[in-house]
Amino acid sequence: MKKFDTKVQLLKYKVLREVARHAFEGDLPQAIVDIPKKIVPGPKPTMRCCIYKERAIVGERIKLAMGGDRDNPNVIEVIDIACDECPVGGYEVTEACRGCIAHRCEAVCPRGAISYDRHQKAHIDKDKCIECGRCAKVCPYSAISCNKRPCENACKVKAIHMGPDKAACIDEKACIGCGACVYQCPFGAVMDKSYILDVVRLIQQSRQGGGYKLYAVVAPSISSQFGYARLGQVVAGIKQLGFFHVVEAALGADMVAFAEAQELAEKGFLTSSCCPAFVSYIKSKFPQMEKHISHNLSPMATIACYIKRGDPGARVVFIGPCTAKKQECLQPEVAPWVDSVLTFEELQALFDSRDIDITSLQDDVLDNASYYGRIFARSGGLCDAVREALGEQGRDDFAFDPIACDGIEACRTALLRASKGALPHNFIEGMACTGGCIGGAGCLTHGEKDKREVDAYGQLAHEKTILDAIGVLEP
Amino acid sequence: MTVAVCVGSACHLKGSYRIIELMRQAIGEHGLQDKVNVCAAFCLGRCANGVTIRVDDEIVWGVSEQNFPQVFEQYILKK
Repeated sequence: MKKFDTKVQLLKYKVLREVARHAFEGDLPQAIVDIPKKIVPGPKPTMRCCIYKERAIVGERIKLAMGGDRDNPNVIEVIDIACDECPVGGYEVTEACRGCIAHRCEAVCPRGAISYDRHQKAHIDKDKCIECGRCAKVCPYSAISCNKRPCENACKVKAIHMGPDKAACIDEKACIGCGACVYQCPFGAVMDKSYILDVVRLIQQSRQGGGYKLYAVVAPSISSQFGYARLGQVVAGIKQLGFFHVVEAALGADMVAFAEAQELAEKGFLTSSCCPAFVSYIKSKFPQMEKHISHNLSPMATIACYIKRGDPGARVVFIGPCTAKKQECLQPEVAPWVDSVLTFEELQALFDSRDIDITSLQDDVLDNASYYGRIFARSGGLCDAVREALGEQGRDDFAFDPIACDGIEACRTALLRASKGALPHNFIEGMACTGGCIGGAGCLTHGEKDKREVDAYGQLAHEKTILDAIGVLEP
Repeated sequence: MTVAVCVGSACHLKGSYRIIELMRQAIGEHGLQDKVNVCAAFCLGRCANGVTIRVDDEIVWGVSEQNFPQVFEQYILKK
């Protein structure tokens, strides 16, 4: 039964599972020193130079699983002893260069950075090289490689770089919390802080007569996760953990789509506000565009707010694919509604910390939202929903012309053009992750099939229109 | 008076949205808009018993389109 894409995820999961297990059992302070040895039993190392380093890194992961550095407001942290200090040399000629006489690399280099030694082997002048990569593309022997760190490659906002001690270092001001580096670092040296202990506490207090009901709000991308079980079993598992009820964030998405369509028709131009990483990217890199961000709360916060208005004592935990949501739930306009955030990875760890085998459970039901709310999970879904909402509101007079951007590079291009008044669209759907939320860093799997599964899940919705789904809710 | 109709997944699938429509309609017909407030609630804890509503503090379950007139009569009109 394969639950994760990579061994790094597996390692992270084991730590989260053990931390949660002992938190539930009430002996975490005593058990904490034994967890590294349990996860790295030895005697032979399997990941690093020796088991002592492996255990030391597990120790750092435990710290992050318990909430990480409280003085650092960023939800993403580097585990510096886990960083393998990958080379950062940029484009370099390797041993594979055969010293050919065609010199395609020289011909294609726009800066004249390539010269040859007496064996006709190529050399790159680092002072001239602009790292365009054209030489690497044309070499018939693939003899030019790019030594760039995977974390730097993953980070499209350029917020991670080599620090003075060679380990990776995050520029906290530029980081948008998307978690791309977390998923891409091959050594697992970047990790998102976990609030799993807060959630264990919420579950326990709720069970021990804490006087409140605990609601789980699940992101629609859940439909593409937990592929080894049925969605109904995942819902049953969440309730078995101690949640009173499970509500679809997609119903919040229906509400947001409806309100966003109205706001767009009034203002004439808008960018979406669902993706917290996209919103923080606009605020840090395109402050002049901030006024165009939709004033709606995200679907997560919208539905949580609705739940708490009906049940004022309620506590709400969002479960989704997203690390940036962990940042969003601390924002002053969101904090009153969302008590904590878990990723799907952390949910899996919670299940296993209680030895809940969800495949053995009877299906429970999950049905609150419409097709349109559910497809928010994939790129383009929000645009489809806003178009539908405009139609349902009878705003056929409004010429809706959206652009769906997934990945920060696409978002940047659209924002740059919009900031210069050169974007021929009136709505930007911005999602920081490639493919939309289904590509989120907190996903268990990041597969090609995920988009189809989200659409199929959308089709199963009982309510076919947005008005059907939100019509019963009080305005 | 506040009438909360459960819109949790189980009740939703059993037709709670239709019950809310009927409730609003019936309240309109009896001119009770100022006296009865209808709202939605997520799960009233009776998932196996059909659509559940809460009339102030009283939980009523097994509400359907068929028995709606009796339920409305007994729990809302009489109070």
